[in-house]
Parts: sequence; C-alpha cells; structure tokens
Amino acid sequence: MKNQNMSIVFAGVGGQGVILASDLLAEVALIHGIDVKKAEVHGMAQRGGSVISYVKFGDKVLSPIVEKKSADILCSFEPLEAIRYIDFLRDDGYAILNTTKNFPLTSIFGKIPYPEKPAEVVAKFTNKVYEIDALKIALELKVPNVVNVILLGTISQLLPFSDDEWIQAIQKKVKAKFVDINKEAFKRGKEAIKFN
Amino acid sequence: MIKEVLTGNEAIARGAYEAGLAFASAYPGTPSTEILENISKYKEIYAEWSPNEKVAYEVAYGAALAGGRALAAMKHVGVNVAADPLMTSAYTGINAGMILVSADDPSMHSSQNEQDNRRFAFFAKIPCLEPSDSQEAKDFTKLALEISEQFDTPVMLRVTTRVCHSKSIVTLEDRKEATYKEYKRDFVKYCMLPTSARVRRVELEKRLEKLREYSNNTPINRIEMSKTDMGIITSGISYQHSKEAFPEASIPKIGMSNPMPDKLIREFAKKVKKLYVVEELEPYMEEFIKMMGIEVIGKEVIPNIGELTSDIVRNAILGKKVKYEVPEIPARPPILCPGCSHRGFFTVANKLRLIVLGDIGCYTLGAYEPLNAIETCLCMGASVSQAVGFAKAYKGEKKGKVVAAIGDSTFIHSGITPLIDAVYNKANVVICILDNGTTAMTGHQEHPGTGKTLKGEDTVRLDLVKLCESIGVPHVRVANPNNLKETETALKEELAFDGPSVIVFRAPCVVRDRSTWKKPLKVIADKCPACGLCFKIGCPAIIKDKDGKAVIDPILCIGCDICAQVCRMDAIVKSE
Repeated sequence: MKNQNMSIVFAGVGGQGVILASDLLAEVALIHGIDVKKAEVHGMAQRGGSVISYVKFGDKVLSPIVEKKSADILCSFEPLEAIRYIDFLRDDGYAILNTTKNFPLTSIFGKIPYPEKPAEVVAKFTNKVYEIDALKIALELKVPNVVNVILLGTISQLLPFSDDEWIQAIQKKVKAKFVDINKEAFKRGKEAIKFN
Repeated sequence: MIKEVLTGNEAIARGAYEAGLAFASAYPGTPSTEILENISKYKEIYAEWSPNEKVAYEVAYGAALAGGRALAAMKHVGVNVAADPLMTSAYTGINAGMILVSADDPSMHSSQNEQDNRRFAFFAKIPCLEPSDSQEAKDFTKLALEISEQFDTPVMLRVTTRVCHSKSIVTLEDRKEATYKEYKRDFVKYCMLPTSARVRRVELEKRLEKLREYSNNTPINRIEMSKTDMGIITSGISYQHSKEAFPEASIPKIGMSNPMPDKLIREFAKKVKKLYVVEELEPYMEEFIKMMGIEVIGKEVIPNIGELTSDIVRNAILGKKVKYEVPEIPARPPILCPGCSHRGFFTVANKLRLIVLGDIGCYTLGAYEPLNAIETCLCMGASVSQAVGFAKAYKGEKKGKVVAAIGDSTFIHSGITPLIDAVYNKANVVICILDNGTTAMTGHQEHPGTGKTLKGEDTVRLDLVKLCESIGVPHVRVANPNNLKETETALKEELAFDGPSVIVFRAPCVVRDRSTWKKPLKVIADKCPACGLCFKIGCPAIIKDKDGKAVIDPILCIGCDICAQVCRMDAIVKSE
C-alpha cells in the first residue's frame, strides 16, 4: 500500500504548466477523499522565472509549504530547477527530471555556467534519479504543452491514486476537447519509466 | 455537500457571493488580483476594475452607504493609495457591510516592500480578521460583513500570499441575499465637517471598546488547549506553520487581531509555562501582549523579515541553526518574454545612454541583466513625478538624457496627476508611456484604456493621446517600439524639445495577443561574427553556442525582429 501522507514539489520555469500539474494533483487527492493543500506564487515570478509549487496530502494537512528535506518526490520540468530546489527532497526521495533544458540569460552573462550534466549533480543528493524526455513524447502526440500531464503520469506510479481517479480529475480540470489527448499523455507518461 | 479545492482568493470570492454581496471593486495587484476576477463570474454581483485603489475603496464605500454589501480588494501597497478614504470612513461608519481586503506579500514575491497592514487596521481603528486557509477565507469574508453591519464599520480582511495563492478544501454553500439597507440622510454621520467629525471621533472610540468585547468572545479567537509546557499565540498562515512545528503546544488562534482579545490572552497566559507569539513580519500582537505586562517571546527568536514556514518556526524556537547546501547554479529571475514590446524601447534607451526612471509593471524587469536599463522603481506613477524632480534639480553629465518609463495601466492609475504637475510647472520632461494595451504583469486585466470592462463589456476607450493633449502637453506622439529606428528618432526629437513631451510607445503585449506572432527567426551561422550584440537585448529565445555564436530557439521565438534589427551583419533572417 502506498503512503497516504505525502509531500510533492514541482519545479520548473514560468509558462511550462507547473501550476496546472499541481492543480490536477490537488484535485485527484480531493476525489480520493483525503485532505490536501497546495501552494505557489503567481504574478511577477512567472515571467520566465523559476517556479516552485508544493502539494501536500494526507489525513490532515496544516502548513501548505513543504519543509526542507521532506519532499517524497521532486518533479522538475527543467533539469536546472531540480538542482535549485534539491534541498526540499528527503534523502531517499525520488527526483524526476524532464530533460528539456532552458538556459537562463544569467548562464550567458553570469559567471556560473549551466551544469553539463544536471542529473549527476542531483544524484549526489539521492540515489533515485529518473530522467524522462517528456517533450519528445508530447511532440509525438503533436501537442507540446501536455508535458505536464505526461510527467504526472510518470509520478502517478508513486502516488496512492487509481487511474479512474486521475481520469476524473483530468475531466474536471481540462477543457472537454483536450480531455482525450490529456488522457493519452497521462498513459504515455506512466509507461515511460518503470520505478524500481 | 459540495467540496472544492479553492485558492484563498477564490474562497473570498465565494464567501462574498454566499453573503449576498452587491458590489465589488479593485485595482489588480499580486497577490489580490484573482479575488475580483472570480467575483466577476457571479452575475449577481456588480464588479469593476477601478483606475486605482483609492477609487476602488471609495466606490465600494459609496455602494455600502447606498445600501448594498460591498468589497474592495487590493494588494498591501494599494492600501497606501486608499489610505485617505480608509482613515475617515472609520469615523463615518458604513450602512450596508463593507470589507477591505488587504493582500499582503511577506517575502516580496511580487512587491516593492513587505509592509504589515495589520498596522493599518490598528491605525484606522477598524476590525481586522486573519484567515489561515481557504475555508476560513470564505467563512471570515461572510463574518466580516456581519461584523461590519453589527458595529457599523468597515472591516479589514487581511490575507497574505500563502493564503491567497494556496489551495485547500472548501465546503460550498448557497447564496443568501442580503437585505437592502436604505440610505438615510445623516449629515453628522456622513459629512465629515469638523463639527460632525468631532462627534464621530468619540463614537469611534466607543465602537472600539465594544469590538474588543466582541473579540474576547468571538469563536474565531479560540484556544486550542493541549500540553501546558508551551503556548503559541498566532494568527493567519502562521497558525498552520506553528501547529505543524509544535503539534503538542497549546495555541490561542487569533482570527480577529484588531482589537486584540486582551482578556482571552491574559487568561491563557496563566495556564502555560512558556509563552511564544509567532507572527510574520511586524511584532504586531507581540507589542500588544507585552504592553499588557505579559512575559512572551516573539521577535527575539522569530524572524521579522520574510515569510515563515513550519521549519523556520521550529528551528527558531528550538534555537537550531540549519543550513542546507545547494550547488551553485545560475539564477533564474523573471524576464521580459520573447517578443515583448518593451524590449525595443530598452534597446534604444541603452544605445542613447539614457537615465530611465522606472515604474511598476512588466517593464520594471528591464532593470535586470543584460538590459540594465531601468534605474528606479518606487511606487505606482512615481516615474513621472521623479522626472519632474530630475528636470528641476539634476545637473549631472546625463542632463538632457533623462526619461520616465511607465505602463499604460500604471499611467492611468497615478501618472496623470504628476503629468499635470509637469505641464503646470513647466518641467522639461520626456514621459514614455509603454502602452501594451493591458495590465500585463498581474495577468492581463482590462483597464480604462482597453475599451473593455472587468465583465467583458464594451465601454468608452480612454484615448491616451487626447488625454495628454488636453492636459496641455505640447508634444504628444505615438511610436512603434518594435521599430528601433522609429523609436530612436522619437526619443532624440523629444529629448531635444524644450518643454514637456509624451511618447506613447504602442505595441500589444504578445502574450495576450497571439495574432502578432510571426515565424521564428534563425541565425545564419556563417554570417554570425559572435559579437554578442544580439545577446544584449536580453531575449530568452537567443542562446549562445560553444563558439559564442547566437542560436535562436524556434519554440520560444515569435519573430519580433528586434535581434535582426540590432545585428550589423544581417546574420538573423526569417526561417522558411
């Protein structure tokens, strides 16, 4: 039986669909019938800046913000952002990295370069690092912006919710004409990685 | 019973709806914006974007006087703008219920300061309610309207970013229509001439005493009794953090923090061995408790800068210093989007080595690397006023090269009055209105210059050019910021003109208007000399390859053409 009390951190770059992903996860927890909270910041931060969203679910959730070293899963839409928020992941937590790189302007003008192999940096903090090229799958589906639902499909294997509950959440949060493609994206994400 | 996962802002809107609200107004501002966006979906409630927060507060006050329940929402700094009517509305009281939602932003996620507006509620002598999650955000909105009518006073609902933008589960109820409260002429109550203000001043103090009694007895100020070793007095989101950090502590949860419940706190203090107060930002409750002569630990250990989390609270109280190592990586601050219409203006401003006095909006991001163009940012509209000050007092080497840059929505908010000042007092200024046809930074809200209302109805479109001309600005012109030559000519000519001038740099926000998108550009590698000129426009779609040459990301590029205009080798071309 999977844990019913979990903390998930989503990271990425403004405009990547991080917030819809955490919205869907909060929705599926509600459908499952447990307590849930999620938090992120809107406004200025979203203009191409770094984005972090927290989701906590369980019997009773108090603070909406995940504590440092306590997230069960860090799901990053962009590899560099996984490193930025690695201190939220607990030592044996899962790090899921979408491999599409997005180079911040500071990596062109600043002194610190974009790391050559971000996954290796993350691997210093946890031995459960998984990489997925979600954009490739999305492009195969001819819809680049379903990367977020593909990644949800991937991490769904680690979460205590049934496929039926996920489909209900997708039907509730996604516009009717996009429901089928999102269901397909979810399925493809789920098949993309097998966790040990 | 329907349950939904709602943000605090959605929950406030729902609460307003359920409580039979008749009128709502706001000027957009993070983290408050979505309150009105959500209220506007209810057809039963009149809802408007006002030009600024002072107007938003006053129209809501007018509606409350007229007999309909009203709400005005704004970010914390918006309350500064609305402070004038706020302070005196506490004297007059209202008729039907009225709420001021103050959305504070501890940690300044999207703000220029992190002022604690509970101080404003105390200053104005009005009740202050502090919800700690979305269910309370809804419940307290309804309660605030009841308190408002029971005690004849505006009520502040004080929320913070982590309440506004966090989601949690809320139980929905039906709308209950509020009784229309007929307006009756009452000169002494509503017309604050000195003679009547002196009468109301006494009423204000009497009301405050009654409210303190209420605060001591209201169920939203409650004691969650557990072990007696430790007590934590807390309010708002800090309650959630404290309860998570110390599940066995006894907690007086303060839902109404002005007036503070003195009796409740005194009784509680006797029951616990060690007493803490955990609150974000100012030692607001702490000062009150200490003035009562009660021994309490607060800002001695709890940070007064930035927002709290459960781990910050735990480590602060236990005296633990914890630091987590994160590898050094490039920062990722927010940036102007690919194709942003502000980029052309900043590129030319840099070429001409101008001092650009900035304002509040997306264009403030022009202050960051590599543009480094904006030099100041104070508050809404201040760029225009600062330009007047510079025109009169600046004697430095860049004299004659100082301009103000202000967005269309910000200009309408509070740039018009200082422009009148510039004309009236004959200041030699160049005011650049960066008109992208929307309130972009807060998520593309309508404003008087867009010709649409919050409800999506067509309305009269404020003509910025005619407005500036009618003020008496002798030179008013429109230029396309995506055309660098046109932008340069406009700036040079107006800087040379002796007298106030306005240039409206007009091009739509590309995030909002996708019809402006063209095919992505590409770099002909053989022609690219790796000079780095195109990197300096700060476009996220332009990446540097191993040889220092430019590469354009076809997914991000929308073909705005600014990079091609700065390239001296014609190496950037349209892709087929």
